[in-house]
Amino acid sequence: MSINEDRPASGNIRPGFDRRTLLKTLGVGAVGAAAIPLLAACTGGSGPGASAAASTSLTFGSGSSDDVPKAAYKAVTDAFTAKTKIKVTTNVVPHNDFQNKISTYLQGSPDDAFTWFAGYRMRYYAGKGLLAPIDDVWEKVGANYSDAMKKASTGPDGKMYFVPNYNYPWGFFYRKSVWAEKGYAIPTTFDELKTLCAKMKSDGLIPIEFTDKDGWPAMGTFDYINMRLNGYQFHMDLTAHKESWDQKKVSDVFDTWKALLPYQNPGALGMTWQDGAINMGKKKSGMFLLGSFVTQQYTDKAILDDIDFFPFPEIAMEGRDAVEAPIDGLLLSKKGGNNQGARDFLAFMGTPAGQDAYAKVDPSNIATAKGADTSTFSPLTKKCAETIANAKSISQFFDRDALPAMANNVMIPALQGFIKDGTVDVKNLESQAKALYAAQ
Amino acid sequence: MSTPTELSEPAAPGTRGSHKTAVRQAKPGRVKRLSKRDKVVLGIMVGIPTLIQLAFVWIPTLLSVLLSFARWNGLSLSDIRAAGMANYTYAFTDNPAFWPAVQHNILWLLFLAVVATPLGLLLAVLLDQQIRGSKIYQSIFFVPVMLSLALVGIIWQLFYQKDNGLLNFLLGTAGTPQAVDWFGNSSVNIWAALIAATWRHAGYVMILYLAGLKGVDASLKEAASLDGANATQTFFRIVFPAMAPINIVIVVITIIESLRAFDVVWVINKGTNGLELISALVITYLIGEGQSIGIGSAFAVILLVISLVPITIYLSRTFRKEKF
Repeated sequence: MSINEDRPASGNIRPGFDRRTLLKTLGVGAVGAAAIPLLAACTGGSGPGASAAASTSLTFGSGSSDDVPKAAYKAVTDAFTAKTKIKVTTNVVPHNDFQNKISTYLQGSPDDAFTWFAGYRMRYYAGKGLLAPIDDVWEKVGANYSDAMKKASTGPDGKMYFVPNYNYPWGFFYRKSVWAEKGYAIPTTFDELKTLCAKMKSDGLIPIEFTDKDGWPAMGTFDYINMRLNGYQFHMDLTAHKESWDQKKVSDVFDTWKALLPYQNPGALGMTWQDGAINMGKKKSGMFLLGSFVTQQYTDKAILDDIDFFPFPEIAMEGRDAVEAPIDGLLLSKKGGNNQGARDFLAFMGTPAGQDAYAKVDPSNIATAKGADTSTFSPLTKKCAETIANAKSISQFFDRDALPAMANNVMIPALQGFIKDGTVDVKNLESQAKALYAAQ
Repeated sequence: MSTPTELSEPAAPGTRGSHKTAVRQAKPGRVKRLSKRDKVVLGIMVGIPTLIQLAFVWIPTLLSVLLSFARWNGLSLSDIRAAGMANYTYAFTDNPAFWPAVQHNILWLLFLAVVATPLGLLLAVLLDQQIRGSKIYQSIFFVPVMLSLALVGIIWQLFYQKDNGLLNFLLGTAGTPQAVDWFGNSSVNIWAALIAATWRHAGYVMILYLAGLKGVDASLKEAASLDGANATQTFFRIVFPAMAPINIVIVVITIIESLRAFDVVWVINKGTNGLELISALVITYLIGEGQSIGIGSAFAVILLVISLVPITIYLSRTFRKEKF
C-alpha cells in the first residue's frame, strides 16, 4: 500500500522505487553511487550495426510495465507491423526503473524509440543531444495535433522531438448528486470558489479534498494558482529557473493559496490521494483537485457516473486557458534517428489509427490526436478531452516541468511545510534552486 | 607470527620452544614449504576479498568523497565540474532538512538506547527462563527483523492509519475529528516511526542477548545464589558484567542502527514532514529522478564522518584489549 501509492501507471512519473531497486542500491551502499562514472564509462558509445537493420525492424523501449498499458502498446506495435511489415522488438522495463535509469539508458545502447513524457526532462535530454529531432515526422502528423500539443513537443532548439500519445487533465472533480442536492454552482472565478467553499463548510462538508502524504499532489494546486495568477509562461520560466523564486510573484501564489488552506482537508499530510478519493466517494468532501485518474478509484459504476469535472477557476490573467495535462508519448533516441523504420513508427503513433489501437486497450486516458475515435468516451472523459482540446497552453505538472531534483527534494518538503503552518521561505527556495540547477 | 601453513604441516615444529630455532634455521626451507599451489591458493584467498573490498568499499568511498566536491549531472564524465565547498554549503545552510535530520538521528539513538535495547534485553532474560513455548515466543519477536521493507510498510499502515487504523480504533477515535494523524502530524510521526523501529530493533537485540545468556557459565549463577544474592542482584552484579563482549557488540549495533535508520521512515513518507533522517537525505539526493550527485555525495560523506566516530572508538578499544 504505502509503497505504491504513486500515481497510477499511466501517469506515474514518481521517483519512488520498488523494493528490488532499493535493495540493489543499498547493497552497494550509499556511497556506491560514486561507481556511476565506472558504469558510464563501460556503457559509453552506442553499439554499431544499428543502422544496418534500418527500415525492416526497430527496437522499442517501454516503461509502461503495468498490464493494461503494456497490452495497449503491444496493440500499437502489432498494428504497426501489420500495416508496414516492419518488425518491432519491444523491451519492457518496470516503470520506476525506467525513469530512474533514463540517463544511463540514453547514454548506453538505448532502443530506437522509447516511451517518455513531455516536459523538462524531454527538453533537457534533447538539449544534451541524446535524442533525435523528428521534424520530418511532424510534417506528416502535425495536422493531427493542436498548437498546445505542438508547443509541448518542441525541444529547446525549436525542433520537434516528441510524439504525444495520450494525456489526462487536472481539475476539480466532484459528485454531481451532492452539488445538485445542495444547489452549488460551478465557480468560474476565484472569489466564487472561496464563497462556495465557505458555504460548503457551513454545510458540514470538507470543501476541498486535499491529500499530500506523498508530497506531489499539492503541486497541482501550486501550479494552477501560479498559472492563473502569473500566466503559463511564468510557470514555464519558473520551473526552468529562468525566473527567480525569491520574488513577489511567487510569494503572491502562496498568499493567494492561504485563502484556500482553511477549506482544504486538514488531515492532508497523512493521506494519500486514494484516501481522498474515498472521502469524496463517501460524500464527505465537496470537490477534489486532482488528475482524472481519480476516477480509477471508483469501481462502483453508480458513483463513477456521478463524478463530474470543472477546470480551475480564473484568478488574474489568461482566464482558464492553461490546463495542467501531463502528456505521455514517444521519443526517438539519437541512435534511433538513423532508422527510418523507427521514424515511421513514431509517425504511426501520431495518427488516429495508432492512437485508437492504444486507446482500445487502455481507455482510461485521452488520445491526443485529432480524429481519434471518441465514440466510446464516457460523458466525463468527453468533457476532459474537450477541456484539453480547447486549452491554449498545456502544462505538464510541476514535477515534469521542473528539474526533478527541484520538484522532489525541494518542493515536496516546502509544500508540506506550507500546508502545515502556512509559511514558506521563498529565499531559501531560490538558494536551493540555484544550487540544484547549477549542477545540471 | 606463525602462519597457518606451518601449523598444518606435519613436519612443523610442534612446540613453542623449538619455534625460534626452526625459524632461524629454516629461512630457506620455509619458502620451500609453501608449494606453488599453496601460494596460488593463498594469493587467491587473500587477493579476491581484498579486490572485492577495494572495488565495492574503498574505491566508491573515495570517489564519493571526490564527487562531493564536484557538480555533475551524471551524463558524461566531461560534465564533472569542480564545485569547491558548494555542496557542503548547500547541505549545511541551504537545505532546511539537514539539521532536523541530525536531531532526529540523535533522538533515534537515544530512543533505541533507552527503550529498544533494554526492551530486547528484558525479552531475552524472560525467554531465557525455562518457560513453555520459549522457542515460539523467540520466533515471534524475531520475525520483524526478517520482514521485508514492503511488509513493514503495510503492517504499520494498518496499525497507524488515521481513519481505519487499528490504533485509532483501539483509542476509540477512529473516524472522529479527534483521531490522531500518526503519519501526517509532524509532531507525533517521529514517535510512531520510533515505535516501529523499536519493534524491529528489540527482536534483534533479544536474539544477541539470548546467545550471550547461554554463554554465561551456570556455575556463576549458582555460586551467587549460594552466597545469598537474589535474582536481581545475580543479574546485574554477575550475569550482566559477564556478558561484557556482547554488551559492546550491542552498543555498537545500537549506534549503527540509529545512524542507518531508514526503512521505516522511507515507507511512511520518504523522509519528509517531520521524519527527516540523514540516510533518507542521502538516498533522496543520490538515487532516482531527484538525483543530484554532488549534493548526495556530500550527505554521504557527512554520514560517513559521523559513523567513523563510534567505529573508531570501538576498533581502538578492541585492539587495545588484544594487546594485553
